[in-house]
Amino acid sequence: MMKYALIPLLPFAAFIVIGLFGHWIRDRAHWIAVPAVLGSFVLAANAFFDIAQGTPVRLTLYSWISSGSFQVPIGFYIDRLAAAMLLLVTIVSGLVHVYTIGYMRGDAGYARFFSYIALFTFSMLMLVMADNFLQLYVFWEAVGLCSYLLIGHWYERKAASDAAMKAFIVNRVGDFGFGLGVMLVFALFGTLQYEQVFAQAASHAHETLNLLPFGGAWPVNVLTLLCLLLFAGAVGKSAQVPLHVWLPDAMEGPTPISALIHAATMVTAGVFMVARFATLYNLSPTAMAVVAVVGGVTAIFAATIALTQNDIKRIVAYSTVSQLGYMMMACGLGAYTAGIYHLLTHGAFKALLFLGCGSVIIALHHEQDIRRMGGLKDKLPITYWTFVIGSLALAGFPLTAGFFSKDEILIGAWTAGPLGRTLTVVGLLTAFLTAFYSFRLVFVAFWGPSRVDPHVARQVHEPSPTMTMPLIVLAALAIVTGYLGIPGFLSPALPGPTSLPPAHESAASFAIMALATVMGLGGIALAYVVYVLKPALPSILAQQWSSLYAGSLHKWYVDELYEAWFVRPTIEAANDLWQWIDMRVIDAAVNGVAGSINLWSRALRLIQSGEVQHYALAMALGAVVILGVYMLL
Amino acid sequence: MNNLVPLSYYMILSGVVFLTGLVGVLIRRNIIILLLSIELMLNATNINFVAFSYYLHDIAGQVFVFFALTVAAAEVAVGLAIFIALYRGTPSVNVEEFNLMKG
Repeated sequence: MMKYALIPLLPFAAFIVIGLFGHWIRDRAHWIAVPAVLGSFVLAANAFFDIAQGTPVRLTLYSWISSGSFQVPIGFYIDRLAAAMLLLVTIVSGLVHVYTIGYMRGDAGYARFFSYIALFTFSMLMLVMADNFLQLYVFWEAVGLCSYLLIGHWYERKAASDAAMKAFIVNRVGDFGFGLGVMLVFALFGTLQYEQVFAQAASHAHETLNLLPFGGAWPVNVLTLLCLLLFAGAVGKSAQVPLHVWLPDAMEGPTPISALIHAATMVTAGVFMVARFATLYNLSPTAMAVVAVVGGVTAIFAATIALTQNDIKRIVAYSTVSQLGYMMMACGLGAYTAGIYHLLTHGAFKALLFLGCGSVIIALHHEQDIRRMGGLKDKLPITYWTFVIGSLALAGFPLTAGFFSKDEILIGAWTAGPLGRTLTVVGLLTAFLTAFYSFRLVFVAFWGPSRVDPHVARQVHEPSPTMTMPLIVLAALAIVTGYLGIPGFLSPALPGPTSLPPAHESAASFAIMALATVMGLGGIALAYVVYVLKPALPSILAQQWSSLYAGSLHKWYVDELYEAWFVRPTIEAANDLWQWIDMRVIDAAVNGVAGSINLWSRALRLIQSGEVQHYALAMALGAVVILGVYMLL
Repeated sequence: MNNLVPLSYYMILSGVVFLTGLVGVLIRRNIIILLLSIELMLNATNINFVAFSYYLHDIAGQVFVFFALTVAAAEVAVGLAIFIALYRGTPSVNVEEFNLMKG
């Protein structure tokens, strides 16, 4: 029992120690955080092998809330899905911890940074291992909080604190639905334990709930409603359209955070949740269709934005949104195994890409615009080669991990009915765009003539080994994870909606694999033509399709739309409420009470004249009155 | 011999004395007169006590009067002491001058 409990508790202990004594620990914080997360990794690996050989682990640590029929324990449910996630979280977190030593060296908030990523690691592990909805929800919020704290690490920069707030608020929108979903689970099943809920789910499959009050009738399948409410949380956390706007802005945070939280782990929590509740989603085809469509739309939508961005981290951020859409689409089509498989490989190669961005940014003294890079491949060979491996995996280049997982998704999609076939086309298009923009980034940033500021250019050199080592390990993982037989490992834990035919050998699946490869290679080739062979072409194309180009560059104006529809009306309404309700009603009432008390006391204190005879007269008159009353009544 | 003076006479007498005292307390300004007026009110009640004690054949009323007299004596002693203390601060016997305790 202890060996499982220690997996999250080691990072938590590191958080407590660094959080409380950070003032004295300062630059030595990594001596506490790194061993803690390393220990956690060893234990997670041990747990992984336990579960690979045996049955899921069920553990109850203690009873957290106990009120009548409302029983919530803190417990662990580690099945194959959770075990795989544990490994992903601890590996990426461990590498990011090591990377941070180099990246954040000399930062004023060094110890604070380490305490927060330790807290994040703890929360994420608890989220993954949760055995009930409330625990999931609490740590879901906790990782959101860590995300907020870490995006705003450089809080003195307005952009960073704005981005942190945006991330938090946008996530609240989704989490509101998630919270309602958790309540509905309790209302419906009378318990929040996963296993009891899953066992009862099928018996509620055809129940409906009337959503209209006052005698209206709008019956909705209760499981569809439940799944959609829970999915609202996933949309927020995993940055799906329409709540994707926070993730690119979150790049204001330090790069290790972008790699750990905003690429590999936290943002995948939404996908993890949908897969975790596969039993529920399988019972509601409507909800699954919504998940699939939202995922597909997100995938291609974000990919079109990534085409034209110039900030190195934003390109990778939009590709993250796009890939999350891919995973979500797979889950919505019932290919949970493929979705989680892609989640794991993506965790490796996207963390790699972000850390690669980080080492470029450090080498160029915090330059993030790819138009002021170029020619870096000779100066940063390790970063370059690992970055290329990451980009190949992202583009789905044959024999990389991304190739296998992307194929798995596309084949899964193709076999999932007419909606699946449409989305397969979307997926193939996205794959083409992905390959194009990821190699646009490689060619513009690393190839060609140097456009770096000459003062900086002379000093460009490969960062310290603490930063290159994680790159090399992740590059290895970006290839190796394709060969570990992960889908076969996961599939027993993730039952699809119907037993999908084993389509891997069929001609159609081979055709899709070939088509995906062609798309990937085509994208890379096109990027090569446009950005290496004919460097004048991009600006000509931008002029030719100027409205499309501007739309993509401005992220299809979603931020502006939200600004006009939601942000400004909210601020105006808040201003009006402040001016009218707060100042004229609430403040006026409070001040009015105080004022009237003042007025009355001014009047009443005149009675107290200080003259003995006045009091005597009052006493005598009082006695007369009392006697009079007695005599008359 | 028993009923030479009817009870009502005593009542009227004590009422007149009491009212004299009350009016004295309310309208006089001299603080010594005030104290004397209070004594008048006390003694008016004493007359009542004695009269009822006699008519009801209950000795308790007369015992009560002794207590009232003792208390009155003590009260006068304390009252006069207070007046002297007051006089040291404000050389006056006019109650209207002692009005510092007001709201």
